[in-house]
Amino acid sequence: MIEPDLIRDEELEKLLIEIAELYGYDFTQYSKASIKRRVNRICVIDKFTSFAELRYQLIKQPSYLQRFIEEITVNVTEMFRDPSFYKALRDDVFPQLDTYPIIRIWLAGCSTGEEVYSLAIIAKETNLIQKTLFYATDINPSVLEKARDGIFPISQMKLYSENYINSGGLKNFSDYYTANYDFARFNDDLKQKMIFSTHNLVSDRSFNEFQLIICRNVLIYFDKDLQAKVFKLFDDSLEHLGFLGLGSKETLRFSQLDKHYHQISTEKIWRKQKEDKRLIKSNNF
Amino acid sequence: MDTIFLIGGSAGSLKVLLEVLPELSANLTFPIIIILHRKGYVDSQLVNLLNAKTSLNVIEPDDKEPLSPGNIYLAPPDYHLLLEQDKTISLDFSEKFNFSRPSIDITFSSAVKIFKENTFALILSGANADGVEGLKAVKANNGTTLAQNPITAEVNYMPLQAITQSKIDFVLNPSEIATFINKLNVS
Repeated sequence: MIEPDLIRDEELEKLLIEIAELYGYDFTQYSKASIKRRVNRICVIDKFTSFAELRYQLIKQPSYLQRFIEEITVNVTEMFRDPSFYKALRDDVFPQLDTYPIIRIWLAGCSTGEEVYSLAIIAKETNLIQKTLFYATDINPSVLEKARDGIFPISQMKLYSENYINSGGLKNFSDYYTANYDFARFNDDLKQKMIFSTHNLVSDRSFNEFQLIICRNVLIYFDKDLQAKVFKLFDDSLEHLGFLGLGSKETLRFSQLDKHYHQISTEKIWRKQKEDKRLIKSNNF
Repeated sequence: MDTIFLIGGSAGSLKVLLEVLPELSANLTFPIIIILHRKGYVDSQLVNLLNAKTSLNVIEPDDKEPLSPGNIYLAPPDYHLLLEQDKTISLDFSEKFNFSRPSIDITFSSAVKIFKENTFALILSGANADGVEGLKAVKANNGTTLAQNPITAEVNYMPLQAITQSKIDFVLNPSEIATFINKLNVS
């Protein structure tokens, strides 16, 4: 899957531009090293013997685009991944959100939904679920269908249950789902406040104001310029004193936003500062 | 900063690193990247442990971290570590490769695309065949390949695979590794 290297950088660049022009899906600012691997991988999986073959399929067969997007975007996720992150949400962030009459949370790049169910469980246990709306978005419509179903492999439940306990979970994890053969179906009361929608971080704009935005392990696939653009989108979509949660190896440290946000714990969670503080800071600057 | 030194290891390689790190020159003119197979949880102790053994700076990098000479970058658990043309680090949480994340193959193959013939790649002790594909890529781009002498390895499978399946330029005992690295320093 690593060799043979079927793709030259210039060819890949050209193809990504063509896809953007034809279909409106713009991958040209995805991190080069990573997208090249993904495209190489799809050539191997779908048995294209040359890059030209892949290109032909993509340009001539619009139905293949969906498959391409599914394979290019990484949809590896789990419930309560990095339990310490969810513990910080439970202990430090959700209590602050309680001061709002309605809480709006945006989970950007929600993939198959494991994270949004994790958030709903925390909201339920902190008695906030009734006044919370979870907006879960992804570029890929087919993962959203899975997310909406809330049905995950039963084989994962042992890991998820451990993660849940390590994140400060208070109940029996198995109370939240019904086991059915090989699958665990999560309870409807968790789903009631979830809104699923496609949203493309590259091309779509802000659609609401939120008190908490979570986007984990999505930005690592973007190059620096696109990251900056998406950080701006999040900034525009976040209320003052709102929170931004990123993946365990993602950071605002290399971004312009850094000076207007402060990290609230050792976890990758930042809080947007008030306008006046921002002014003082920029005056000093 | 044209040179990169890559180290891949699995079971039994921590011991070697603990021997090598204290002997490294305090002013290396290139970065080192270490890819170790380890458990999936965030184990910050490993960075601290390695840091305590060297005056060089050992970092578990964030995404987009720029490479600097004299730093040692330890691939974070559960992410693949890739390099970009501008010599920054890209992390990637895609599927495991050969049952590994981080994958030595993936980092070696990615790094040699950027550093070409100035890539040095070393395989240490370990119980699987990760690294073989990466070493082949390094060799194909005229980089330099190295393996720990299997006789000295706690688990010799990985260096043996490296030696038998790819072309290895140098087979080193643990005591020779630091000297080899220090000699690459350009004054």
